[in-house]
Amino acid sequence: MARLIRTEKEVEGRYEEVWIVVDEDALDRWPAGPLTTVGQRVPRVDGLARARGQALFTADLQLPGMLHTAVLRSPYARARVISIDLEPARSAFGVRAVIGPADLDQLTDEPGYVGHAVAAVAADTFGQAQAAAERIVVEWDVLEPLLDADEAVRQESFVSDVANYERGDFERGLGGADVVVEAEYRTQVVVHNSLETHQAVCHWEDDGITIYISTQYIWGIRASMADHLGLPPDKVRVICHAMGGGFGAKNSPGDYTPIAAELAKRTARPVRCALTRREENVAAGNRNATIQRLTAAATTDGTLVALGGDFVNAVGYSGWSATTEGPMKMLYACDNVRTTQYPAKLNLPPMAAFRAPGFVEGTFGLECLLDELAVKLGIDPLELRRMNYADSDRTDDRPFSSKNLAECYRRAEPHWAKRDEVRARSRGPWKHGIGLASQIWYGGGGPPSYAWIRVGSDGRAQVVTAMQDIGTGTRTAMAQIAAEELGIPLDHVQVSLGDSARGPFASISAGSSTVPSMGPAVRSAAADAKRQIIEIAAQRFHLEERVLDLRDGQIVSTDGGSWPLTEVTGLLESGQILGQGARGPNPAGMQVLTFGVQVAEVAVDVETGEVRVDKIVAIHDVGRVINALGAESQVEGGIIQGIGHTLSEERIDDPATGSILSRTLDAYRMPTIADVPEIVSELVDIPDEHLTNLGSKGLGEPPIIPVAAAIANAIRDATGAEIRSLPITREEMLRALREAEAREKERRGAAAAV
Amino acid sequence: MRIELSVNGEPCEADVWEGESLLYALRERLGLPGSKNACEQGECGSCSVLLDGKLVCACLVLAAQAEGHEIVTVEGLAEDGRLHKVQEAFVAAGAVQCGFCTPGLVVATADLLARNVYPSDDDIREALSGNLCRCTGYAKIFDAVRMAAASL
Repeated sequence: MARLIRTEKEVEGRYEEVWIVVDEDALDRWPAGPLTTVGQRVPRVDGLARARGQALFTADLQLPGMLHTAVLRSPYARARVISIDLEPARSAFGVRAVIGPADLDQLTDEPGYVGHAVAAVAADTFGQAQAAAERIVVEWDVLEPLLDADEAVRQESFVSDVANYERGDFERGLGGADVVVEAEYRTQVVVHNSLETHQAVCHWEDDGITIYISTQYIWGIRASMADHLGLPPDKVRVICHAMGGGFGAKNSPGDYTPIAAELAKRTARPVRCALTRREENVAAGNRNATIQRLTAAATTDGTLVALGGDFVNAVGYSGWSATTEGPMKMLYACDNVRTTQYPAKLNLPPMAAFRAPGFVEGTFGLECLLDELAVKLGIDPLELRRMNYADSDRTDDRPFSSKNLAECYRRAEPHWAKRDEVRARSRGPWKHGIGLASQIWYGGGGPPSYAWIRVGSDGRAQVVTAMQDIGTGTRTAMAQIAAEELGIPLDHVQVSLGDSARGPFASISAGSSTVPSMGPAVRSAAADAKRQIIEIAAQRFHLEERVLDLRDGQIVSTDGGSWPLTEVTGLLESGQILGQGARGPNPAGMQVLTFGVQVAEVAVDVETGEVRVDKIVAIHDVGRVINALGAESQVEGGIIQGIGHTLSEERIDDPATGSILSRTLDAYRMPTIADVPEIVSELVDIPDEHLTNLGSKGLGEPPIIPVAAAIANAIRDATGAEIRSLPITREEMLRALREAEAREKERRGAAAAV
Repeated sequence: MRIELSVNGEPCEADVWEGESLLYALRERLGLPGSKNACEQGECGSCSVLLDGKLVCACLVLAAQAEGHEIVTVEGLAEDGRLHKVQEAFVAAGAVQCGFCTPGLVVATADLLARNVYPSDDDIREALSGNLCRCTGYAKIFDAVRMAAASL
């Protein structure tokens, strides 16, 4: 029977209450550890198409008569359009339509950041559109931009409410402390720079619209474009077969999709609107900068008695304010915690979610501060973390559905125990050190999500669901889950996804939620089909259903009988067995989180400030692992993105004008294969026994979270220098070294004076 | 202008304009979208192709310069319908995530292994540092190159 229940849903640390209909029988829990297909190292089922260059990305789509778009973007951070003349563009060669601020909400005559869209041109080729856009004449009234986050806080320029939190009594905790450390940490703006830029192709047909788009959320695009266009959602078809990376920036339609839709309507042609790499570095979203002014206090036995912080999120012109204070509130069992988060609105490009938004930044501050505290207390940093271990979610005292951070710490011990060995490698100006940092994050996924499955007379299955594979290997993971439940070989399962017109609703691929949200729905659909196959087999073979099972492509009975699956499905000829499944709710009254720890080994040249990461050991607890090979690759990808965030990547803004100076990949400095250290990845593969029929949590985000703090803590171990700002450029490294030297001199002077 | 060139062993003709890149001609005029356009200025390697056996970024070569030359793209690496060992290794090693950089990396790896049968890790770093990948973290790409080298 369908049951209506109210449940909590979390995406990227933001919660909402939703009604869902639950209609599933509880399934037996699979045993822990690798099974026949699930948990194994499985190469991508769609890998060959990608390696051959045959996968169809939105960027590769060619439709007859398709036009191309160039967008005129504001060169000023804050300005008013006094007048705009689109006529010179309209008369340019190859141009089919030109639209300006009067024509579309997404085009503005009061730009609030450099890159804000003002006008757009559709032409036969992109080159023609670009040339025409340059002919648009704009008279600007250039206004003074607000670019400094602290100044925005003073002026109370915010994108949302200031968020205050306190548990216990922070001041009282501080009063009872033996040791107090305070520090200010800063993190920079970084850009997703997915290899496939943001883009959409819009095509009006059959009195509706088809949108081909590089997206992380087919159904979100469908809902927001239906709303924008005033269409019933079923008139909006959204297609994404393969997409070239998102990392959080491709959750919404952006400006490019409404622009393409409007130009397609005006020209009655398919229209592509694709951002250039330069636009991608300006107007496609970013991880916002933060300023964190933090305090940590403990008694001499290592008990944390107070944690506090003012967190300024430099959100930009719009977007949402991530919970940078989250790790401080959640990671440790401290009784007295007080945080304030200021969501600064600035004349800079809007933020977009970027792989664990808020927690990457907040973990850098908190975990660096905790090591400073450990040094002052004379307590081993790993021990200090164990001493303050949280056994429940201290923000509301809910129990965790599962938490194996202690096991992660235990597995980190042999690596951590090499501290003396690593330090002893120091030679001349190269100082070696080791550091660690913990990780906490969401990743439990949630309902609703649905899957269908059809089994044909050949005994092969097709999973049908309108989800997207954003490059993480979703097709493979879903095929593994279906194959495991149906007891058939992996290559007998096809997965059809990527089209809102084919298959039921599926959740967003963000917030580390794809596997924990969709996987249980797929298992549930496969179980529904399996139940029907067994019912049919029982009738065919005159046996009771309870003695039958599916295994290795066979129908097997407890008394040793065995028949090929096709002996039953073959009866159907063109008939099919149809299974359907839904994602059930998350466990009521429990907090579902992911955990981990990383240990970094670094070398620092104290003369030049060069930092080299030699090794990162990553140990994470994300419940059951579905694809061990794919999971490892996720961990490695998160770590190298984290190393970029820590050492080299930074969007450079002109502090006077708010213009973006780093618009190319050379200027932006993403890591290359030359920057890769040794990476050891280990997953604590223990299913979460309270979470869904799989016990799996998400893994996309956790690995990037502790990287910066682990590296900075290793730098302190190697040199005594305290890193306060990302990225750790040579300037920042040399500043920290000079400061450490001055501190040491002062300490020696004070000691001599005594 | 009209150009004649050989692409993946087949003679081809294309009408191009003078400033057009080889990448544009391959993708938009010759129906070969395997080479990807991710930066259009030689910074990411996603459009790597072989021009007379030499590794180039197709976005930095004018289509007109390819007149009379032999081009091999990712679509032409597989011979007689069989996959190139490098393509097989990239899949088996798990070096493919979103796959947008993969065609360029596959071509660059094939080029490396054609010149250097037993590349050291430093050789791999040197040869592939012009191919940006945002997903995999590159660790599995090392594995793929070693696997392909062992199977060739």
